[in-house]
Order: sequence, then C-alpha cells, then structure tokens
Amino acid sequence: MRRLGIMVAALMLVVAGCADDTPEDDGPQTIRLVTHDSFSLSEGTMEQFEAETGHTVEHLEAGDAGTMVNQAVLTKDNPVADVMFGIDNTFLGRALDEDLFEEYVSPYLADVPDSLKLDTRVTPIDFGDVCLNYDIAGLAEMGLQPPSRLRDLTNPEYSGLLVVEHPGTSSPGLAFLLATIATFGEEGDYPWQSFWSDLVANDVLVTAGWEDAYYGSFSGGSGAGDRPIVVSYASSPPAEVIYADPPVTEAPTGVVLAGCFRQIEFAGILAGTPVPNAARQLVDFMLGLTFQEDIPLNMFVFPANEDAELPDEFVRYTEIPDDPASLDPEEIDANRSRWIEEWIEVVAS
Amino acid sequence: MDRGRSLLKSGAGRWLVAIPLVFFGLFFVYPLVRVVLRSLTLDGSLDLSPFVEIATKGSLRRAAWFTVWQAAVSTAATLLFALPGAYVLSRYSFFGRRLLRAAVTVPFVLPTVVVGAAYLALLGPGGPLGVDLRQTAWAILIAHVFFNYAVVVRIVGSFWELIDPRLEEAARALGANRARAFLRITLPLLLPPIAAAASIVFLFTFTSFGVVLILGGFSYATIEVAVWREATINLDLAASAALALVQMAGVATALWAYTRLQQRHARRLPLRSSRAVARRPATPRQFVVVGTTVASMILYLGAPIGMLVWRSLVTSTGPALDHYVSLAQGATPFVDPAEAVVNSLWFAAAAVVPAVAAGLASAVVIARRPGRLGARLDTFLMLPLGTSAVTIGFGFLVAFDWPVDVRTSVWLIPLAHSVVAAPFVIRTVTPVLRSVQPRLREAAAILGASPRRVFREVELPIISRAALVGAGFAAAVSLGEFGATAFLIRPGRPTIPTAIFRLLGQPGAANLGKALALSTVLMLLTTAIIMAIDRYRVAGIGEF
Repeated sequence: MRRLGIMVAALMLVVAGCADDTPEDDGPQTIRLVTHDSFSLSEGTMEQFEAETGHTVEHLEAGDAGTMVNQAVLTKDNPVADVMFGIDNTFLGRALDEDLFEEYVSPYLADVPDSLKLDTRVTPIDFGDVCLNYDIAGLAEMGLQPPSRLRDLTNPEYSGLLVVEHPGTSSPGLAFLLATIATFGEEGDYPWQSFWSDLVANDVLVTAGWEDAYYGSFSGGSGAGDRPIVVSYASSPPAEVIYADPPVTEAPTGVVLAGCFRQIEFAGILAGTPVPNAARQLVDFMLGLTFQEDIPLNMFVFPANEDAELPDEFVRYTEIPDDPASLDPEEIDANRSRWIEEWIEVVAS
Repeated sequence: MDRGRSLLKSGAGRWLVAIPLVFFGLFFVYPLVRVVLRSLTLDGSLDLSPFVEIATKGSLRRAAWFTVWQAAVSTAATLLFALPGAYVLSRYSFFGRRLLRAAVTVPFVLPTVVVGAAYLALLGPGGPLGVDLRQTAWAILIAHVFFNYAVVVRIVGSFWELIDPRLEEAARALGANRARAFLRITLPLLLPPIAAAASIVFLFTFTSFGVVLILGGFSYATIEVAVWREATINLDLAASAALALVQMAGVATALWAYTRLQQRHARRLPLRSSRAVARRPATPRQFVVVGTTVASMILYLGAPIGMLVWRSLVTSTGPALDHYVSLAQGATPFVDPAEAVVNSLWFAAAAVVPAVAAGLASAVVIARRPGRLGARLDTFLMLPLGTSAVTIGFGFLVAFDWPVDVRTSVWLIPLAHSVVAAPFVIRTVTPVLRSVQPRLREAAAILGASPRRVFREVELPIISRAALVGAGFAAAVSLGEFGATAFLIRPGRPTIPTAIFRLLGQPGAANLGKALALSTVLMLLTTAIIMAIDRYRVAGIGEF
C-alpha cells in the first residue's frame, strides 16, 4: 500500500512537472531549432538572440532539405523540434499537405517582398536562384556568347558544352528541371520533354550530384572538367572569388539570368510546440538585420529582408534575376515524382 | 558431466545469446519495424500500393534488374582480380607485405564520394586510360573491384596461408601437374572462404550507392539509389520503405543461399601457422609471379588513392601542403576540421564498445552452436550490412521516443555506427573461435580445470586478441560511415565524412583543396588503425 502511495505521488509530481512546462511560455525557454545540414551562422549571431531574449537555442542538424521534411513527417505526432529552418519551395507542398506548421505572420514580413511569401504557415528567410553558370574564359576562347535563353542550349554551337544534375538525386537538378517545366510548360507544340530531347541530342551531360557536375565536369572556376556551362547557383561566382586560391579580383564564372529557378527557404513553427511564443520570437529574429546580413557569407543565399545589406562580393560578382521561373508548391508536390519519372524516360532511354 | 565443455557452452554461457538478441533486436529490428510500419501507414491505414508500383514502374524494374546484374558481375570480377593477390600475399613473404596487406584494406573503408571523385578524374577523357568511361557500367565495375578487393584478399588469403603446402606437393610428387594439383587439391579446400568472400562482395555491391550514383551517372541506378531518391527528393516514404524491404529480401535470399553452400562444403583442415607456410620467392618463376601481382595490385589500388593524395597537394604555386595548413588553422564559417576529426575519433571509440560487445557475444554463440541456430543467427546478423542507410537512420528517429525521448541524442550516432560495424566484428571473431581446438579445452578440463578456468586461461586470451582486431575494424567502419548518420537528426557535431561533404558542397578552390586534404587525413587514420590491429591478428586467422 505504501509503495503504491509513493508511486502515485511520484506520478503526480511528474504530471505536475509536465503541466508546468506547457501552458505558459514567458520567461526563458529552450527552443529546439532543426535545420538542414548546410546551415551555418557566424559566431555570435544566435548568441545575440539568446542575450536579448534570455532563451536558449538548441541547434539540431537534419539531413538535406528533402530529408528534413521527411524526418518531420515521420515524427509529426511528437516533433523533435520547435522551429524548422531551411525548407524550400520545392519541398514545401509536402510539408503543408502534412500540416507540419502552425500559422504565424511575423510583423517583420513587411520588409520582405511579396513574391517570396507563399503561405502564412511559413516565413520566407532567404532565397537562392539556381541558374546556369558559365566559364567566362572558356566560352570566350570558343568565340561563343553565353546563352541568352534556355532554348539556345539546343543550338548546335552549344553541343557538348552543358552539364546538369539529375533531378532525382540533386536539389539543383530538380530546380533546373522545374525551371524548364515552368519555361516550356507541359502542353503546346514544344513542351519541356521536347526541350530535354533536344538537349540530349545536343550531348548534355547528366551527373548525379552538384559536386560531380561542378568540380568534376565544369571547366570554370574551381571546376576541373571540360564543359563550360553548368547548372549551379547565382551565388557561385561570389563563392569563387571568396574561396579563390590564389586570391582573384574578378569572378572566373558568370551567371545566365534566363531560366533560373528561385529556391525560397522558409522557417516554420512546428505544430504542437510547447514554446510557441519563444518560437515566434526566434522567427522574428531570423528576419531581423543581424541574422539576415549574416546569411550570405555563411550559406551563400540572399536575405529575404530588403533592408539587409549585401556583402560586397554579392553586389559585384553576381546578379539577381528579375523574373525567375517559379511554380506553385502544391503543384510541385503533386507532380514532382511523375515529372522526374518522365524526365528519366526522356533522358535515360 | 561437464568434462570438455567450456564455460561458454555450459549453462553459465547460455545467457550470452541474450546480448546479440537484445542488441540487434533493440537497435536493428525494432527501429526497422517501427519505421516501415510508420511509412506504410502515413494516411492512417496500411498502404501496400507502393509494392504494386515497384512491380509496374519502369525505372524501378530497371533498377532491380541492374542491381542483381551488376552485383553478380562485380562479384565475379572481384574474385578474378583479387585471388592472385590473395595467393601472393598469403603464400609468399617479402619486403612490405605487412604494409601492403594493410593498404589493400584502405579502399574498403574510404567514403565513396571521395574515391568517386578520384575515379572520375582517372576514367575521364583526360585520364591515363585515354578513354572516357564515365557513366558506363565499366566504371561501376572497376570501382567495385577496387572497393572490395580487400574482402577477397582478407577472407581467402587468411585461409590460404593456413593450407599445408605439403598437400599440393604430395599431389605433384604423385605426378599431377601444377594446374591439376591446384584444381583438385587447393581449390576445393578454398571453396568455403571463396564463397564467404563472394557473399560479402555480393552483399556490398547489391546495396551499392555512392559508386553507382557518382560513376554511373543517371543511366544506372540500384535499388539503394531508388530508396534514397524516394526518401530525399520524391519524399515518398511509403515507396522508400517498400523498396528497402524489397532490397532486404534480395539480401536475405543471397545470405540464405550462401549459408546453404557453406554448410555443404565446410570441412576440417590440417591448418598450419602462417609463418611456416609463407616463404620467400626463390625461383625466377616465383619472382615473376610475385612481382607482377604486387605491381598490378599497387597500380590498380594505388592509382585512385595516389590521384586523391596528389590532388590534395595541388596548389596554384605547385605541389605544397597549403591545404593541410589551412585545415590545421581551423574553422571556416561552415566547417571546423579539427572539431570534425575529434568528433570522429570520439564516435569511433564510442561505437567500438557496443559493436564489440554485441559482435563478440554473437560470435561465441555462432561458434559454439554449429547447428541450425548458429547458422541462422549468422545469417540474420549479417542483415544490417544489407539494409538501406535510410532505413537505419529514419528507424532510429522514429523508434526512440519512449520511455525516454533520445531521438536527437548525440549517442545515436555511434550507436548507428555500431549496428553497421557489429557484423564486421562477428566476421572477424567467429573463425578465430572456431579454430580453438576442442582438444585444447578438453585437455585443460581433463587436467582438472574448471569451466571458468578453461575459459579464463585458454579461450579468453585468444578471444581478446580477436576482439581487438574486431574493434579496429569497427573503428574504421565508424570513421568512414556517412549514410545512416545523414538520416539522423543530430546535435550539430560534424564528423570527418560530413565535413568532407560540407566542403565539397561549396564552390571555390580553397574548399575543394580542404575536402581533398581532409579525405587524405581520413585515409591515413584508417591505414594506421588497420596496421595497428594487424599486429594482433591471431596467426592470420580471421575473415577480416
């Protein structure tokens, strides 16, 4: 009997302890932030948030963006984190479909262009454009201009010059496929499949991942290959300058502004978090200038906040495309698997 | 009567079977069942349509067919190329043999993304072969032979060096020519280790991911590649789980066939210690055999490794240690190499403990129960090697939320490594235990030693040496592990492989140089570990 009494008392204490955590979240909290594995910040950035609010941020690293979404889907009933950072529009539809996030409209969204706001359940934090990069010296040697539109790539003078990533194994590869679908459409007399057939006829090289494409097959910058045009990011030329060895004053590569696909990265508050108020504060902080201006040199993407100042290299060595291709996240989610399968049929057989 | 029975076989040793059952049950079967069920019931009810889809989807059927085909051909090719190496390394003693034996193991534990990059350079149009083999099945086969060469050399070689050469000499004296003596005497004796090696090579190539992805490009995909694609790009968990199950079924079938074969052909051998068997090459013919084999081995295995080291030394001002210096100088915004090395060593140390504990206990059970139970356990415990990294990583994430939520604990990383490493420990220790002559135990028992004393004085010294070798392999596997780690949610603790990936994910010559330098560091660490444990190999016994 006595033992039972102790157990009941212990149980009540546990219940009381749990109850203590849940309803209020004033005062210092621990916020679990899950990000994709490319996340990084300068020392001191997150510490500033912690100092300002008294909260503690516990950083958890997931796989790449797609893996992270699946990890969240698998743990939906009992999330491992309170805030997710780094889900992009190519995978957003899946997350929205699964109701992973709580609605939150940050007051700081006023400083973010409307084109980046896709859903009230997620907050745009940064964006990066997947664009064709070209080897400036390499193309010049061949006496060629960079292509001015995607269709140019099917011209004979660009035969054997392009390397792209497999959309089924690479995130930029998927983004480029989406760019071609947005550009050429599924209907009409020249749908995206026809464009890809022509690319194949023009000897396009497909690699599994971005690393093989850029370092292995691309001839520009730090690439060791022989193809002067590659699917990469608009931020790659600045990276070539920042990580050059020896230092350079001009970017060795350029960006083709046509046929880019914009990847927007979002933060979302995971549904069921015990610390919703602190989570909102963290999302607000991510849109603030300290965090926003720290983004480019750490993650090589562009801040969503228009007031954030860009590092010099990002101003000098690249451009932001005015009118990148885009597709609705729900449309992407509904068709992604089928598009990749069709792409494989066109390109691999 | 307890005469001749050791502690391990007597009642006191029986509870040992609980260790592998609990370890593999808790950290392999349970997460696997949880994640598969969760993935197939995402919409609330059991959804088996992905299995139908696998049967009907063109790309998946092609992947299944290619998986079987390339695994079979890779296995045959590996045997063909590696058997001469196994012969020379086991029958002859010569300068540098120990180093060479350690070095052939290095490719086996190198991250594929690193070697893949070296192969792209070698097999590309600018490479020494002068032909562009990228994105062909040839490239995949060549790399598979490279990675699995060590499996054959280790397993077959360590057996070969124990076959008494007098057997073959007797046959020759009776008039058989060299070929006939080999075919009729040595080859039949070697069949069990060859089958063992072939089964492991088949297993590894069946689940090949990185090599196929990087070298095969888009035209070839294995089931494992399809599992990753569904899990990371298509975001179709049900399809991913279904594919992983199909792959496991394939692996289980191969293992079952191997066990049957092994049981039919196992025979006892008059074994001799390696020192008595290995001899220095004496005749010109022997010099030619040893010389050409060693030379081709160095060329074949050394080329990609040399390429990798060379590229890590390339700087704008000629070969120099610049990239290593910048590694040592520490953190870039997104990677701290020193921290990655420290983390990796920590995780390896932490992974070794459960891997060796579980592996050792399993090996004891398998070795002491030659009957069905042992064979079944043997087969079952190899399954983690044939399981998709996606399943292991996601499984941990889904399973360990109760009774205490440890899903994001840093300890899951070494634990996941240990699940992958434990089969290696089993493969290392089991043959050693089997080799402990029953007569040795019996003699000790007849002389009045208690089972406990027999264990302590006869078996324990041998077991602990084998355990040390197993520990080394577990550490090496942990150092290079990338797959399962990538599917965990972990406190940001980079390991060497994840840091390499991170560096490779960013343009810029400085990043590439650091990635290559860090890969070389990983390679050196691995070689050092393997060389260190080779000292403790028990008279060359041990499949790994």
